Amino acid sequence: MSLSVELCKTMYKDMWRIRLFEEEANRQAILGNVMGALHMYCGEEAVAVGVCANLRKDDYVLGTHRSHGHCLAKGADARLMMAELFGKATGTCAGKGGSMHIADFSLNMLGANGIVGAGIAPATGAALASKMRGTDQVSVCFFGDGAAARGTFHEGIGLGSLWKLPVVYVCENNQYQQWVPRMNVAVLDSVSDMAGAYAIPGVSVNGQDSVEVYEVAREAINRARKGGGPSLIEARTYRFYGHSLGDEQQYRSTEEVEGWKTDRDPIKTLHSFMVDRQWLTDQEDADIQDEVKDEIASAVKFAEDSPFPEPYNVTTDVLAPAQEVG
Amino acid sequence: MRTITFGEALREALHEEMERDETVFVMGEDVITHGGPYKVTQGIAERFPGRIFETPIAEAGIVGVAVGAAMAGMNPVVEIMYLDFITCAMDEVVNQAAKMRYMTGGQASVPMVIRLPCGAGRMLAAQHSQIMESWFMHVPGVQVVVPSTPGDAKGLLKTAVRSPDPVMFFEYKRTYTSKGEVPEEEYTIPFGQADIKREGEDATIVAIGPMVQKSLEAAVLLEDDGYDVEVVDPRTLSPLDSETICESVRRTGRAVVCGEDSSFAGATSEIAAIIGENCFGDLKAPVVRVGSPHVPMPFSPELVKHVVPEVPNITAAVDRVMS
Repeated sequence: MSLSVELCKTMYKDMWRIRLFEEEANRQAILGNVMGALHMYCGEEAVAVGVCANLRKDDYVLGTHRSHGHCLAKGADARLMMAELFGKATGTCAGKGGSMHIADFSLNMLGANGIVGAGIAPATGAALASKMRGTDQVSVCFFGDGAAARGTFHEGIGLGSLWKLPVVYVCENNQYQQWVPRMNVAVLDSVSDMAGAYAIPGVSVNGQDSVEVYEVAREAINRARKGGGPSLIEARTYRFYGHSLGDEQQYRSTEEVEGWKTDRDPIKTLHSFMVDRQWLTDQEDADIQDEVKDEIASAVKFAEDSPFPEPYNVTTDVLAPAQEVG
Repeated sequence: MRTITFGEALREALHEEMERDETVFVMGEDVITHGGPYKVTQGIAERFPGRIFETPIAEAGIVGVAVGAAMAGMNPVVEIMYLDFITCAMDEVVNQAAKMRYMTGGQASVPMVIRLPCGAGRMLAAQHSQIMESWFMHVPGVQVVVPSTPGDAKGLLKTAVRSPDPVMFFEYKRTYTSKGEVPEEEYTIPFGQADIKREGEDATIVAIGPMVQKSLEAAVLLEDDGYDVEVVDPRTLSPLDSETICESVRRTGRAVVCGEDSSFAGATSEIAAIIGENCFGDLKAPVVRVGSPHVPMPFSPELVKHVVPEVPNITAAVDRVMS
């Protein structure tokens, strides 16, 4: 799909889906209905929607511990995701994964991941599977700037480049590795500069601008699909919330956070882009937001009404059910 | 029946499974140019072009790629040159491969085999001689397979390739050249089914991997003492066929559990505990374990002699439970 009114509206709506889903999840966490870690993606929405707008349903996506956005942008059902955060049997992972492990294999969303950098080699492996089968599916791996310090980054991208696999590595550089400003612990400011070591294209993009992300991702994904091998995209972005719930954020100032929210909110950026071109009326904007609010309200209702897993589920899904092999 | 080596049996299993299922592929260091350090992957590149990948030295990358390929419908068989190097890919095995099915509520299937040349015997010292079976027994979601004969090796590897879940496949390095009977016709061996390698009435020896052959040799020597011992080979440590083990111990009333690895928190510890819990009333003597002392593998052959348990350690242990 090339850039169009329709595409922009889809991206705009998806960013609202992510934003409102997370704000609601955050509220439900405070109420005690959502338990455990909740890593908020708010502020980074343009990256997920800009990349995923280029993907087909059968393309693979692997994520991070901060993956609500990747799942929703790939088309995951907010009801099942909210139920998962509630620990309910109807959740995407039947209540066994939670926020850090949401996956939807029906969309080839092969999972968020609680280990930083752990998705890079598996995304490369999914791309190897596509290449061996002779399909033109592309794999996309989202990971944070912290992951670029891991050996898995080096080994995974190295293999992807060696075998010229259809995979796009998308680094979401939100400038903080958990509670540490990136440049306190990194040598290179730009993660995309590392691409040269693997002889693949690397480009940095304004991660607050979904249109820009879309265009850059489009080129990389098309190249991968046509057999041109991997690319590394660094999306310079920012997380509006702390690392996880309850983070006091003493490592950054309120002014800094508010500045990003005011001037570089990806939803506002796309809104202005569309309004400038008369691609979005106030009425359409209100309708989109109302639809999303309904979707999220229905997700909460679904999660609330769903049962918890049964005790016997503790021991299911460790291995596949016993079967005759032979 | 024809006789072939352990290594040849593994190679046959790989070729047959690759012929049967085109999603099966091989990946590892030196697997094409050198045919693997023990030549198990020899001939695959010629017969199955495009289905064997020689990698840089990147264990985490290799296993991680295998996890992703498996989740995307392929069936990788990874060779880790020496088991010891799997520590470089522990996240990929323990946090990824093992937990994917569970964490995704049953959506993910990770059908992959990791072949692990292990154990002492070639004077390679502490970083190329470990066994570590119990490390992986402790991880739910992976299966631990330890064949002791060429026949078992072939049947178990074929089952491993067909398993929808990850398998850690232990191959004791000294066993590659050992010979044994291997049927020419198609067969597989199910996981979780121990094999009674020798029947006996006076004591049960549960033996893992190469300790099976040593136990069979010990059993012959023990005949001179008038002891008729049974030798049980679990073949898979996870799942573990506790039933066959306990049934044998209840019958004989005495148990010796043998493995080449350290007895401390090892595979033999778990088996001894299971016997203790389930067969206490039938035991005529405490369970005795045979294994290595809790030390890294030394280099000098004079030191190795005091680490790897051999036949006399087994006969001494049987003497203990018989007295």
